[in-house]
Amino acid sequence: MSSDDTIDTNNLTNISTKEEKEEEEKLKAKYPHVQRPGPQFLQKRLQKGQKFFDSGDYNMAKAAAKTSNRLPQSKLSAVHIPEPSAPAPIPTGDTIPTPDCLANRKTSIHVQSKLVSGAP
Amino acid sequence: MIVKSYNCVFMIEGNGEIQWTFSQVKGTLEDEVTDADIISCVEFNSDGELLATGDKGGRVVIFQRDQSVGDSVPNNRRTDYNVYSTFQSHEPEFDYLKSLEIEEKINKIRWLRRKNAANFLLSTNDKTIKLWKVSERDKRIDGYNLKDDSGQLLRDPNSVTALRVPILTPMDLTVEASPRRIFANAHTYHINSISVNSDQETYLSADDLRINLWNLEITDESFNIVDIKPVNMEELTEVITAAEFHPSHCNHFVYSSSKGIIRLCDMRAAALCDQHAKIFEEPEDPTNRSFFSEIISSISGIKFSNNGRYMISRDYLSVKVWDLNMDSRPIESYLVHEYLRSKLCSLYENDYIFDKFECCFNGTDSYIMTGSYNNFFKIFDRQTKRDVMLEASKEIAKPRTILKPRRVCTSGKKKKDEISVDSLDFNRKILHTAWHPNENIIAVAATNNLYLFQDRQ
Repeated sequence: MSSDDTIDTNNLTNISTKEEKEEEEKLKAKYPHVQRPGPQFLQKRLQKGQKFFDSGDYNMAKAAAKTSNRLPQSKLSAVHIPEPSAPAPIPTGDTIPTPDCLANRKTSIHVQSKLVSGAP
Repeated sequence: MIVKSYNCVFMIEGNGEIQWTFSQVKGTLEDEVTDADIISCVEFNSDGELLATGDKGGRVVIFQRDQSVGDSVPNNRRTDYNVYSTFQSHEPEFDYLKSLEIEEKINKIRWLRRKNAANFLLSTNDKTIKLWKVSERDKRIDGYNLKDDSGQLLRDPNSVTALRVPILTPMDLTVEASPRRIFANAHTYHINSISVNSDQETYLSADDLRINLWNLEITDESFNIVDIKPVNMEELTEVITAAEFHPSHCNHFVYSSSKGIIRLCDMRAAALCDQHAKIFEEPEDPTNRSFFSEIISSISGIKFSNNGRYMISRDYLSVKVWDLNMDSRPIESYLVHEYLRSKLCSLYENDYIFDKFECCFNGTDSYIMTGSYNNFFKIFDRQTKRDVMLEASKEIAKPRTILKPRRVCTSGKKKKDEISVDSLDFNRKILHTAWHPNENIIAVAATNNLYLFQDRQ
C-alpha cells in the first residue's frame, strides 16, 4: 500500500484550484458560449428524453438519431444533456412515419445472462 | 510473526495487510460487450452467502457461496461462488403518456434479512420496485390420485377404485424466484436508490426530487417523506443522488445531492422531512470554485458504516468519511484518482465527469473500496491511511494470482509498470463493488464481468 494520496490539505487546495481553473480555461477556449450548469441543465437531466406527438414520432426520431451524426454543437449550447442516448430533436409532424423507417421495438425474448453461461 | 496451529506453521505478514488474489471471474472474457450484459449493481446479502447482480438487460443473477464443508481445517470454507438463481426482473416499457422509454436496467438491489427458509430481495429500475422471493425446492409430491403437479388429468375419476396418500419424495434442488410485490407508479422521476429500514418492514425509494416510504406488504400506498421539487422548475438547483436508512436507528435516513450536500432526516420529528435534522457539507472557499467545482462535488454514492456511527460519500474524485456527530466537515478524505483533475476539460467533453461511482465499507469499517477507470479499483486502509490501486483484468484471471498495485503517472517520465493518464481506458470503468459482510472477499463489476477476489489464504 502506498501513502501517495494522503492529504496535506492546504497544499492540495492550492494545487487543485490551479489545475481546475486551468481546465476551465481550456473549456472556455474550445466552447466560448458554454455556461455554468444551472437550472436548465438539471431540468434536462430530469427529463432524460423529450415529448413526442405519438410513439410513431418517437420511433422516427430514434431511427434518425442513429443515422445522423451526433452534433458536437450540443456541447456549445447553454444546456448540457448528460444522457448520450437522447434522440436528436426533429419538429413534430414534419415527416409522416412509414413502417420501414421505424426503429424496431425491443423484443421480449429472454436471453440468459452470460454471467450464468459464460466462463465459470 | 509465526503462529503454530494444528500440525502446520503459518507465516503471517508482519504488517497484517491484505494480499488480494484472484478467485473467480463470471461472464465472457471476449472483447465485444453486449449492452444488456453490463452489470449495473452488485450486492451481498446480510450473511454473505448470496451475491446478487443486476444488469442493463433487467436480469438478476444470484450466486451462492460453495456450501461444501468437507475441508479438514474448520473455518476454512471454500470461497467459490456459483450460480444459484437467475430471473428476468424488469422488462423494457414504454410510457405512452409521456412518450418515454422506461429502461429495464436494474439500478439497485437490496436484500432483506432472512426470516425463514426463503430469501427476499428488492430490485428496482427507473420507475418500478419489485420484491422477489427466492426459495429452494428439494421435494416434490408423488402419487396424486387424479391430477399431477401441473394440473393435468391423470386418470378418469370414474375408474378410481382405491385411493392412495400422496407422499413427499426428494428431487434435485431447484431454486425458484417469484415476484411477490410490485411497487409501481410512485415516481415521476428516475429512481436512484432503495434502502430497507432496520425494522425490515418498511423501505424507502428515492428519485431525483422525491423520497417515498413504503411498507413491504402494501403496494397501493406510499408516503412521500422528502420533496425538493421547487414550485417553479426554473429555480431547480439541486437533485437527490442517493438515499439510505441508518443501519439501526429506524427513524433516521440520509440523502445526498448533486451539490455535494448530505442531509440527515428524522422521521419522528415530522411527517414530511423536507427540513433536515442535520446537514453535512464541507466548507469551501468561494474563490477556489471553478466551472467544474459543483459537478465534481456531486455525490454519486453514500453508505453508512456497519456500526452506524459514520458514513462515506463518493464524489467524482474522492471518498469522504463523515462522523454523524460532526456536520461541519468530513473527518477523513481520500483521493481516488487525483491525476484526473488536470483532465477535467476532456472528461467533461466526453461526459465521463458524470459517471456515478459507488463506495463501500468492509465488515469492520476499517477499509473503504471504490472503483475508477481502466478497470482499476482502490482500497483505502482507514487505520494506516495507506491505499492501493488494483486492476480487474483478463491478465490476472488465473487462480490465486496475487494482484499487484497499479500506478498512474501524470508527467512525462513513465516508470516501468506505470500507466500514463492519457492511456487510461475511460470506457472500462468500475462503478459497482461489494465487500463480503464478514470476510475479506470482494466482488468487483467490470462492465460485463464480475470479478471475485479474496485475501490470500
